[in-house]
Amino acid sequence: MDLFGDPAVWLPFTFAALMGVSILVYVVLDGFDLGVGVLFPFATDEEKDTMVASIGPFWDANETWLVLAIGLLLVAFPTAHGTILTALYLPVAIMLIGLILRGVAFEFRVKAPTPHKATWNWLFFVGSLMTSLAQGFMLGKYVMGLESTWGTWAFAGITAVFLTVAYSMIGACWLILKTETALQAKAVTWAKGGIWGLILGLGAVSLATPLVSPRIFDKWFSVPEIFLLAPLPILSAVMVLLLWRSLQRLPNATDAGARAPFSYAIALYILAFGGLAYSFYPYVVPEQLTIYEAASAPESLMIILVGAIFVIPMIGGYTALAYWVFKGKAAELRYD
Amino acid sequence: MDTLMLSRIQFGANISFHILFPTITIALGWVLLFFKLRYNATGNLRWMEAYRFWVKVFALSFAMGVVSGITMSFQFGTNWPGFMETVGNIAGPLLAYEVMTAFFLEAVFLGIMLFGFSRVPGWLHTLATFLVAFGTTMSAFWILVLNSWMHTPQGFEMREGVAYATSWFEIIFNPSMPYRLTHMLLASGLTVAFLIAGLSAFRWLLGDRSNSVRVTLKTGVFMGALLIPVQIFMGDMHGLNTLEHQPQKVAAMEGNWETQSNVPLLLFAIPDEEARENRMEVGIPNMASVILKHKADGVVPGLNDFVADDGTVMHPPVAPVFWSFRIMVGTGFAMLLLSWAAAYLMLRKKRGPEGVPKLMMLAMVPMAFSGWVATLAGWYTTEIGRQPWLVQGVLTTEMAVADVPAPFVGTTLAAYLAIYALLLAAYIGVLFFLARKAVDGDVPRPRTPLSGQAIAREIPAE
Repeated sequence: MDLFGDPAVWLPFTFAALMGVSILVYVVLDGFDLGVGVLFPFATDEEKDTMVASIGPFWDANETWLVLAIGLLLVAFPTAHGTILTALYLPVAIMLIGLILRGVAFEFRVKAPTPHKATWNWLFFVGSLMTSLAQGFMLGKYVMGLESTWGTWAFAGITAVFLTVAYSMIGACWLILKTETALQAKAVTWAKGGIWGLILGLGAVSLATPLVSPRIFDKWFSVPEIFLLAPLPILSAVMVLLLWRSLQRLPNATDAGARAPFSYAIALYILAFGGLAYSFYPYVVPEQLTIYEAASAPESLMIILVGAIFVIPMIGGYTALAYWVFKGKAAELRYD
Repeated sequence: MDTLMLSRIQFGANISFHILFPTITIALGWVLLFFKLRYNATGNLRWMEAYRFWVKVFALSFAMGVVSGITMSFQFGTNWPGFMETVGNIAGPLLAYEVMTAFFLEAVFLGIMLFGFSRVPGWLHTLATFLVAFGTTMSAFWILVLNSWMHTPQGFEMREGVAYATSWFEIIFNPSMPYRLTHMLLASGLTVAFLIAGLSAFRWLLGDRSNSVRVTLKTGVFMGALLIPVQIFMGDMHGLNTLEHQPQKVAAMEGNWETQSNVPLLLFAIPDEEARENRMEVGIPNMASVILKHKADGVVPGLNDFVADDGTVMHPPVAPVFWSFRIMVGTGFAMLLLSWAAAYLMLRKKRGPEGVPKLMMLAMVPMAFSGWVATLAGWYTTEIGRQPWLVQGVLTTEMAVADVPAPFVGTTLAAYLAIYALLLAAYIGVLFFLARKAVDGDVPRPRTPLSGQAIAREIPAE
């Protein structure tokens, strides 16, 4: 298979792209359902049921993108997997405990005896919050080159908060799309409140990334790269404006434009992720290990790729089917 | 304790907790498909009631399995980086295929299976049930391929300390895979059979005489009675396969120190690794030789053959393997006794569940979790039995462990253990709570669409 040139070059690139797409899909999909969990304390008990109903049929599959992303890191870049996860040992553990708590709370909150429901609701919130904070913390540490100093910890603390707010924002946008009446009106308020977190988060990461690494600084601010890159912040600013305007038109009698905030939020996530991917390429462990150095043997990558070409479109297809089956406003989840 | 031991306990705790739930969902998926197909064929509501009760158990077990499984995919990196660095070229594609062909399939169709009954046509709901069952089984297939390869690796070559695949056919169909996979799938079937029988017996004891509890009780008992002899036969075959490829493990299972003929089958003993002998042996003469070599004077390998000249022990710790094996076999025979007796009493004069005395019903309730006990004991036998190797003959456990400070591992281990204990208690509590609720008549409320989007099919399309 030398069709595309040296497989030791294009295979790692392909897998880095696949992993990037998985992380992006994960951050958008689990982002909104984690966000819904983070917003739990602001809702009434009845609203909580509707909020869970809006994500109940999807959360499992959403989380599977994390397994795919971490799986691709594991299988395509095994040395990087070890380095990154060992460096992030504690936040990973916190995230996992969070994921465990919220995942089982989905089931326990409706299956356990009614008096326990409040506890499971609370654990659902705590788990979602732990997961979001831990992921934001890891993002910050990663941007800081996985270094451990007071400064990097502080920065990671800040990104932890901002990512959590960003998740709650996209979660609120999802709720606008999937709910009605009072809850929808609340979700609009939540989304408006979340935009500031998003802007500050984007700003903080954008400012810090080039300052940490001279290599990334050059990649951003030298000619002609600066002109190629310019659309990214400009588009982001446009999206934030569009998002803000779409929120001001909601809620309304015909529910017109209820899809818009979620779409703009996704666009913002894509832009932000694109910026990060551009900055860090070709490194998988920042400034230490490139995707080409960390990649598995080409023959092993090839056998995965062959499967992926057949299977990933199928996954896309049946995921679309599931979202289509459960389209429209969230209804009570019933087994019959 | 050092990082190695703490990491081993942590991974052992995680994987033990995790396997409890896939063991249920793998076979329960197929049982649900069976209920659904019976309902499709007969139109009898008792099958659908059985489906609705057990699909809740499935949903709960599935969620527990998903979240505890994610933990493990991360711990490969956080605690065992040497594993993927050394054999990543082989383990990687197998894990990737598990995610791509199994995880997404089951996770996506689970939503339709659980909440789609009145939203999609009947055939699509049945198809979703099938695809979820198929997905869980595919997942078991890939992970057991990888696990078996770690016990009996082949189809690779080592270059500069890293394994490279030479034949994927040999890797996938490695010598212990067919035995291990069958043994595990049967274990899953038995776990579910006894869980269904146990919870149904619990409902029966509380006075539930509904048609659905009758069919689930029968399904559980007969499923158990049919599978257990097959499992005992299969376990024996697996043991012979292990004898061929990992004799040191069989030596530990038998508590046999010297390679010799006429080895007794030990029913009880306290293996003493310091003195390299057993204390308080009670055994049946020649039986181990007969089981393993099919003749009384058959030669059975002994543990002392696996000690290097410099005293390095290259066989697994004896007592845990010896005892886990006995717990597994003992539980298996208890399952045989109970399921055959119950099946016989149900068939006799066609009395059904009424033919089963109350005491036996009572015995079935704790036996609901006998599958878990046997499965865990079996996994401990085979996994501890692989020590000190992580990949037999290729990579030792010690070489793979991460250089994480021991207090980090200790802290996270304590946190995991606390959460697992809590969740296990909650899980078992909810199973019995659901059963009690079913006894009180968990009648579905009248359907009221919550939103403007009216639910078109009041009655499922079938």
